[in-house]
Amino acid sequence: MTLAPTRPSAPMPPIESGPSEPPLWRRILPTPKFLTLGVVTLIIAYLAIVPLYYLFWGTFFDASGFTLDGFKRAYGNDQIFDLVGNSLWFAVGAAALSLVLGTGLAYLQVRTDVPFKALFFAASIIPLVIPGILYTIAWILLGSPDIGLLNHYLEPIFGRAVLDVFSIWGMIWVEGLQLSPIVFLLMVASFRAMDPSLEESALMSGASRWTVFRKVTIPLARPAIVAAILIMVVRSLESFEVPALLGLQNGIYVFTSRIYFVLRDYPPDLSAAGALAVGLLVLAIIGVIISNYAGRASKNYQTVTGKGFRPRPMELGRWRPVAGLLIVGYFLLTVVAPLLVLLYTSLLKFYAPPSKDTFSTMTLDNYRQLAHTSSALTALKNSLILGVASATLVMAVMAVAAWIVVRSQIRGRKVLDALAFMPLVVPGLVMGLALSFVYLRSPIPIYGTLFILLISYCTRYLPYGMRYAVTSMQQISNELEESALVNGASWWQTFRRVLLPLLMPGVVAGWIYILVVSFRELSSSILLYSPGNEVLSILIFEQFENGQFTVLSALGVVMVLTLVLLVTIAYKLGARVGLKQD
Amino acid sequence: MLEVQNLVKSYDGDRQKRKRGSEPSSNGTPPQRVFAVNDISFSVKPGELFTLLGPSGCGKSTTLRSVAGLETPDSGTVSVGERVLFAAGGSVTKKVNVPANKRGLGMVFQSYAIWPHMTVFENVAFPLRVRPRSQRPGKREITERVDRVLETMELLQYADRQATKLSGGQQQRLALARAIVIEPSLLLLDEPLSNLDAKLRESLRFELKRLQRELGITSIYVTHDQIEALSLSSNIAVMRAGEVVQLGKPRDIYENPRSKFVAEFIGTSNFIDGTVASSEGDLHVVETRDGRLILESGAHMPVGTEVIVSIRPESVQLTTERPIGVENVWEGNVTTRAFLGDAVDHVIAVGKHEIRARCLPHVSHAPGSSVFLQMDATKLALVPVD
Repeated sequence: MTLAPTRPSAPMPPIESGPSEPPLWRRILPTPKFLTLGVVTLIIAYLAIVPLYYLFWGTFFDASGFTLDGFKRAYGNDQIFDLVGNSLWFAVGAAALSLVLGTGLAYLQVRTDVPFKALFFAASIIPLVIPGILYTIAWILLGSPDIGLLNHYLEPIFGRAVLDVFSIWGMIWVEGLQLSPIVFLLMVASFRAMDPSLEESALMSGASRWTVFRKVTIPLARPAIVAAILIMVVRSLESFEVPALLGLQNGIYVFTSRIYFVLRDYPPDLSAAGALAVGLLVLAIIGVIISNYAGRASKNYQTVTGKGFRPRPMELGRWRPVAGLLIVGYFLLTVVAPLLVLLYTSLLKFYAPPSKDTFSTMTLDNYRQLAHTSSALTALKNSLILGVASATLVMAVMAVAAWIVVRSQIRGRKVLDALAFMPLVVPGLVMGLALSFVYLRSPIPIYGTLFILLISYCTRYLPYGMRYAVTSMQQISNELEESALVNGASWWQTFRRVLLPLLMPGVVAGWIYILVVSFRELSSSILLYSPGNEVLSILIFEQFENGQFTVLSALGVVMVLTLVLLVTIAYKLGARVGLKQD
Repeated sequence: MLEVQNLVKSYDGDRQKRKRGSEPSSNGTPPQRVFAVNDISFSVKPGELFTLLGPSGCGKSTTLRSVAGLETPDSGTVSVGERVLFAAGGSVTKKVNVPANKRGLGMVFQSYAIWPHMTVFENVAFPLRVRPRSQRPGKREITERVDRVLETMELLQYADRQATKLSGGQQQRLALARAIVIEPSLLLLDEPLSNLDAKLRESLRFELKRLQRELGITSIYVTHDQIEALSLSSNIAVMRAGEVVQLGKPRDIYENPRSKFVAEFIGTSNFIDGTVASSEGDLHVVETRDGRLILESGAHMPVGTEVIVSIRPESVQLTTERPIGVENVWEGNVTTRAFLGDAVDHVIAVGKHEIRARCLPHVSHAPGSSVFLQMDATKLALVPVD
């Protein structure tokens, strides 16, 4: 490349100023651009900052001023060591289990000729279609010492109640299984990005398969593995369903279940709960910071992939059937068994292990009862309203926010990006607690209505909306926007006529994602709902507490079917709007 | 040294299609087999640099990877010296398939496949360190051997550097160092220069040739670049659609292409259609629309055969006066002229034909001027009509 020689300074003619000054009212009133950007920024800032501000304020201040009483009550006894110990043990255990499962499966899927590859992606969709609460309840039905089906079948061989899901091991097992598809998806991306000739050259150097895996594959995947561990640890720390349903039974407390326990007492000790929430928040933030740091420190590995490689699966040879068996086993255990036990239970009058008797008395009564229960219909309606509303609001705001972050030269635009990501670090339960701090004290009368849930959902899903919108904004060439401006379109026209249509695939994809995940939201709703305003996951939780396993299972089946329908529509649309990025 | 016999490798055509994301074929039709390599045989003599040359998708890489053991052929045999590395086996013979890590070959990959998590030294030491314990050299010997190879490759000063901190040319040399540190009986090179820019490629080409000569390593070189193939190889196998279409020494292939494909793929050529008017031994007279051509060719074509005469642009001499006492002189008009620095290209219209002539830089005829073309009978090649 040669630079065009600069001409000897020929004086440039001065640029003509515009035809005429805009009228005075134009200059005083804010332009639509300014107005739009301002409103969007304010909304995001409000949603992200206010709850945390009130949380800290409510935790550290009481009527007399600054105080640490909440912390004393929350941490000031012997249980504190148990609490932190259990939390970390549970989080690290679940992360380790999900990591081993997810990484192993991803390697088999991407790099080998393992059979039943179609099952992998079916299994990886389960965290979207089986909400955590149903998954946990299904495992109670499978592994409880009293009523667990697995125990029922294992009893003749190993004696009574070999499996106890109500233990720290049970919690790790259920949470780890539930997280493993997420690790799988993360690691699949990482293995796909790796040049296979890095492994092939090690093979050509004379290294055995196992040495190649140990000395080349794993070290190269290390950045992704480290990131996956930290994300999973943070997610397990924030998990509510598993500790609440499995741990509380035998008094195994982690941060989330402790917060819930403290708040259920009467009168609820808000500042003690706040102190616990702050502790959890700090742990989560530390995790996120380490994972960001680890991600940055190891970037240089990823950039060396060769260009234009085609993945060639490794032949497993005689291990192929073994690997196939493992895959089928995994699929049965994580997907089929939980779904089947829910379906089975939903058809019974009383819960009992399968026998001739139970099969002959199967009935659809539970479903009939659901159809006539007004609370079930209300909950379904509420879930739909909240899902659609939060998805629409978040994506509308984020389309504009993405422009600010990606395109504008406005100073401080990175702050907006950071603000929109903040809620990702805040555990759902903490968000719920923070919002109740806000609206219990605020004159706005929305406490105990659907609106407070809507605000909570919108806040929690800001980061996802941002992700989708920013990614698709980055894919739109700057020149498309510039050419619209050069052709005389105003900023607002450019945004509406050029950018928005091009953003649409990403916006629709984000919308669907938010709709789907909002259906499973439990941890913030549980602190914010009021009787009569239940959503589906709350209703299931209530029925669980009342021991209505059969009706609950029927509701669960309905919920799973609804989610399957939504996800299927998403994938079908995805073919057109680009959701399937594989 | 290396013997490859009747090598066949096919893919499930159906699956291949689905992988590329196009619509799945309708049910019921049997899946089509796509032959990546279709019955290839060749042998490489010790110390030789043998090149597999062809356009992308011709099966050259699959052939190389079958030799390496990274791909399992459907049938055929691969042997190095006395050692059989692969034999498909049949009713009498046993199936042999030595895994890639037991073949003891060296290989340089297109992307170099330098391990980014190791230093330069560790990269080269890896093949020695992963040997079975009984054959593994001691620590000191490993250091000595690695240093020696690094020195040959002029990389010794970078030994402790992270491998990714090297420049493209250095990474290429590192990949080569790693491949030869175990002193393999056979070195496989899969388009080793294609990731470099043009200047570097040229200098490394000579470097590679010098090293290969000095070390005397028998090598197989895969490339789609005809200049690399011509300048480096002792022998070239030109491949097309999974088959070897011509095998020979570089000069032979360049001067006597046996098909239009080879003449077109290696260098540039003018093609003139004609009919053999007479043939006596090697001497042929070809009648074309714009005049007759006399040429010497080993490809014996009976009188009356439709043929194509291939003429290299540099074999066309241009003069303003009609040359006297020579054959194959045509008259035409210059239509285009392009100055290339070290040569001048002319396109001359002769009747219905457009003939490209490459001349020395001092020869230059303005467009529109009338010139005489003279084509040396020994430089013309006769190829069959496809």
